[in-house]
Amino acid sequence: MRTFEYLRAEDAATAVVEAAKPETRFLAGGTTLLDLMKLNVERPARVVDITRLSGLDTIEVSADVIRIGALAKMSKVADHADIKEAAPALSESLWRAASAQLRNMASVGGNLMQRTRCTYFRDPGAYSNCNKRNPGSGCAALDGVNRNHAVLGTSGVCIAIYPGDFAVSLVAFDATVIVRGASERKIPVDEFFLLPGDTPHLEHQLSAGEMIVGIEIPRSAALERSHYLKVCDRESYEFAAASAAVGIELEADGKTIRDVRIAVGGLATKPWRLRVVENLLKGKTLDEATLRTAAAATVDGAKSSGHNAFKIELAPKSWHAP
Amino acid sequence: MTHGNEFELNRRTVMKLGVGVAAVAGAAVDLSPKVFAAETAPAKAPALGARLSRAEGPLKVTGQARYAIEQKLENLAYGVTVQSTRPAGRIVNIDTSAAKALPGVLDVYTAQNFLKLNKPTVYSKGGGATEEFTPIQDDVVRFNGMHIALVVAETFEQATEAATLLKVEYEDGDPVLDINDPKAIAQLIDPMGAARGDAATALANSEVKIDVTYTTSREYNVPMEPHACIASWENGKITVWEPSQWVGGARSVVSEWLGIDIENVRVISPYVGGGFGSKIGAHPHVGLACAASRKLGRPIKVSLTRPQTFTGLRGRPATRQTLSIGASKDGKISSIVHESWNETAIDDVHVEACNNVTKIMYATPNFSSRLNIVPVNTVQPGWKRGPGENPSAYALESAIDELAHALNMDPITLRLANWAEIDPSNGMKWTTRQLREAYAAGAEAIGWWSRTPAPCSMREGRELIGYGMAAGSYPMIRTASEARIVLHASGQIEVLSAGTDMGTGTYTILAQTAADALGVPVEAIAVRLGDTILPRSALAGGSQQANNLTGAVDKAAKNARDALLALAASDPKSPLAASKATDLTFENSSVRPTRRPSAGISIAELLKAVGKDKLEIEGNTFAPGATEEMKNGADRSFAQLKGAVEGGVSAHSWCAHFVEVRIDEDFGTIRVKRMVSAFDSGRIFNPKLAESQWISGMVMGLGQALLEEGYVDQRDGRTVNANFADYAVPVNADVPDIQVISVGIPDMQATALGGKGVGEIGVVGVAPAIGNAVFHATGKRIRSLPITLEKLA
Ligand SMILES: Cc1cc2nc3c(=O)[nH]c(=O)nc-3n(C[C@H](O)[C@H](O)[C@H](O)COP(=O)(O)OP(=O)(O)OC[C@H]3O[C@@H](n4cnc5c(N)ncnc54)[C@H](O)[C@@H]3O)c2cc1C
Ligand code: SF4
Repeated sequence: MRTFEYLRAEDAATAVVEAAKPETRFLAGGTTLLDLMKLNVERPARVVDITRLSGLDTIEVSADVIRIGALAKMSKVADHADIKEAAPALSESLWRAASAQLRNMASVGGNLMQRTRCTYFRDPGAYSNCNKRNPGSGCAALDGVNRNHAVLGTSGVCIAIYPGDFAVSLVAFDATVIVRGASERKIPVDEFFLLPGDTPHLEHQLSAGEMIVGIEIPRSAALERSHYLKVCDRESYEFAAASAAVGIELEADGKTIRDVRIAVGGLATKPWRLRVVENLLKGKTLDEATLRTAAAATVDGAKSSGHNAFKIELAPKSWHAP
Repeated sequence: MTHGNEFELNRRTVMKLGVGVAAVAGAAVDLSPKVFAAETAPAKAPALGARLSRAEGPLKVTGQARYAIEQKLENLAYGVTVQSTRPAGRIVNIDTSAAKALPGVLDVYTAQNFLKLNKPTVYSKGGGATEEFTPIQDDVVRFNGMHIALVVAETFEQATEAATLLKVEYEDGDPVLDINDPKAIAQLIDPMGAARGDAATALANSEVKIDVTYTTSREYNVPMEPHACIASWENGKITVWEPSQWVGGARSVVSEWLGIDIENVRVISPYVGGGFGSKIGAHPHVGLACAASRKLGRPIKVSLTRPQTFTGLRGRPATRQTLSIGASKDGKISSIVHESWNETAIDDVHVEACNNVTKIMYATPNFSSRLNIVPVNTVQPGWKRGPGENPSAYALESAIDELAHALNMDPITLRLANWAEIDPSNGMKWTTRQLREAYAAGAEAIGWWSRTPAPCSMREGRELIGYGMAAGSYPMIRTASEARIVLHASGQIEVLSAGTDMGTGTYTILAQTAADALGVPVEAIAVRLGDTILPRSALAGGSQQANNLTGAVDKAAKNARDALLALAASDPKSPLAASKATDLTFENSSVRPTRRPSAGISIAELLKAVGKDKLEIEGNTFAPGATEEMKNGADRSFAQLKGAVEGGVSAHSWCAHFVEVRIDEDFGTIRVKRMVSAFDSGRIFNPKLAESQWISGMVMGLGQALLEEGYVDQRDGRTVNANFADYAVPVNADVPDIQVISVGIPDMQATALGGKGVGEIGVVGVAPAIGNAVFHATGKRIRSLPITLEKLA
């Protein structure tokens, strides 16, 4: 491990200034960052510990919006009574992720920023060819073992999955990420994450020094009737083979779909909102036939790289299987 | 467990036992008398057979048990190995200049600046090594992930950083990547085949035929404690703290590596954080640690990282088996034709004895089996729980299920129709075979007879339900061993053996054995294990150690009783000096005249009276007249190992597994809902510990069936999921309600105290039971492990 400088930020303003310096990373729960440092993927010269910043771990559920501080622990958010009630999918996407120990350490800000589990990305000693780590060097996964690589949103230079669960539910319900740099700005979470295109090393909208301070999720009837489903070989503690955050609001008749939100995970290079499918469903009667027809559109444009072909079969089922 | 001799010792007693044993077992022997101040035992039932908790458990859960690399040594340096990233070829050059320039780096050893290691003798040639391979002796790249350098520095962090700075120049060779590589060339291992009758003709003439191929993936033992050691060279002698299932074997390998007399090697291993077969041999990184310590004159710690453990040593090799079964329409098997292939390293031999269950399970007049190895560019595969028997049972017990389906016959009925009255492979009688009882108990407990036999016939909502069963066996191997008992005038009693306890319960059952034989409460006994200065013991592997060592301790205790009687009668200062030894009796830890029960004196009183502070007595299970060479052979090699048919009878443990699976019909995800298994392991020394062994074997089988698979990159042979996030083992949430049932009876032909093997049998047959249940649920026969969700799509 490279020797690095450790700074503990006492206030957000200093944290942001310090983090803007070259080769610097924020440290929250450390469950992604320290792993990647041990693997030699991340080699920061400086680490700014933000865990002592005050006021960034709050959880507020008001009449029309849910606000979660970036430093709130995954476990705290998942267990929060109001969140469970107002936004079951958010809670479920958190407690279905990682393990109890990790959830107790990890922050939701760090969670959004977790990096791909592409095994070639994580093995720099053996594979120099990774466009995400080393732009222009090639992609070892394209012809490698790619059972857990993306089938949606890929490019010819990178097929790495965005592995997180929580962001999938955030994307489904139009959350915004609140970011603080020199000033504060809000970024819709769908725009926050970038497609790999030709620049897979650019994964998000943050510029140097910018820190996530919170997440806002507008409340909706669909969010209240929502669910996060995760399909894996192992019952728990595994990244998704496919997952879906789904919320639905019915008309007074109890069967016509007024509002529906669907996003899928474990399939794409970023949390993947299925707006086309949502539009196919809105105004329709909620029944199995309608769902199956719409579900086919889940994998529009999907592309297999070999071992991951099964995901294309699995994906539509991840959200329509009642 | 549903039957057996059960009683509860109170919690305090158990805790005390733990503290007592552990105080002795720790590196520093602190026999503080207060720990042993005996209380009256709460019950006068025999200790053997009691449901005691693990003696050393409290030390482990409170973090006080010191594992190998937790020893605190002065002047310790840290070694980090560097592994190759190519599968075959040569190393042209390793530029170490950048690494050496880092502060704290002491040296970098490579084939160009090498540490001499002699080739050790492998077990199949009479030694204690599991692989002949010694790293950094030449420029050959044998497999991806092979150790090619050792970086030694003042701190672990410095060594780790320096290790990333080596510049390795390779010349690529032409690798054989895995068992399916078209370039692979199989080699027949003729002596391990088996044949009786005319299997080919009988198969051709049979009314019903099953002809199938089953494969298993590369699996890894992944014990929680990674492979990590400290070697300390001092004045021509070396001490190695190494998590080991076999300190005697490790000792001989270290002496061979270094070319020094075995008397100058000590291997210490009081606690082992799991091994499952992978810690029987000291693996090559231990050699590097030893040689570096000698070179630098400092203790060196070498810990493999979790990813490095996947290629620093190996688990079960990938296997392929073809199996043809011929039977009559009424279900009588007339022929079995079997052939297996398993991966091995390109220049080392590992044979997975895939016919060990196949050749004995069913009465068929015609049988043939051939075993092959397939050398590929991989680290030498090794033993993982139930080596041989596990894949053997997988293919056989899956194929039997296929036959049952083809015959429209119940799988248990089919098995009973082909019941082997005697060992069909050699015509010998079984010692005990409570397999019918196992079928009956397991079937009853899971509700087998109320399943609807047709595939896809059971469901609940969108979940398909499947029931499956399979049987298994494990041979009873044995090696004579020694033990020593030390009786102290303070009243404490020590039991000593070089054997190790990898979490299986050796500390506990040896205390139980000695307590019964000496008539003392179990908490008066302190057991010390895992050190080559202690009495010689064979390996803790092959499910033999419990029986080897309880036998030796029992012998030592009998000798101790004789020695006490002789001492009481012969020493002039003894209060019983007037008696003849033959007129004295040993009972309830005291010596007394046979006719005067009230005149007894305790062991401690006797020792005090005769002015001795301790009495040391040895015992062993060697045949009379065994030479030192034979005793060393038992301790350091497999030379004295006796197989399942010793004495002209055939001794095995047996099991029957029953599982219920639930399969999501949309996703193909399989969850095991219930597991019930019945075991014949003979007499059970401690039901709680035996159950833990069986259950853990079953969980391991669940992982093998549904999750575990090493992925090999087809371009460069690299194991790309060499970590716990990507190599999935079952987590608690995957582990269902498990019930285990003991159907064994004491088997005095098998072992001295009537026990049979417990540790390995739990895993044998689990994977086919699950596969058969998946078939019952879905009608899909998946013939390759693991059964991941895409295979059901
Ligand atoms: C074995 C394992 C299994 C896992 N399984 C799952 C799973 O099933 N599903 C899932 O969703 N996740 C899973 N995870 C990922 C886990 O959820 C993340 O590691 C965790 O959420 C990261 O949070 P952290 O606070 O520890 O982040 P850190 O490791 O501290 O930081 C992660 C990254 O985010 C940056 N960062 C942190 N906070 C901020 C901030 N406020 N603003 C800007 N940048 C910031 C850091 O600089 C760093 O680059 C798993 C992780 C492990 C190790
Ligand atoms: S998929 Fe992306 S992250 Fe993985 S090797 Fe290719 S470029 Fe790198």
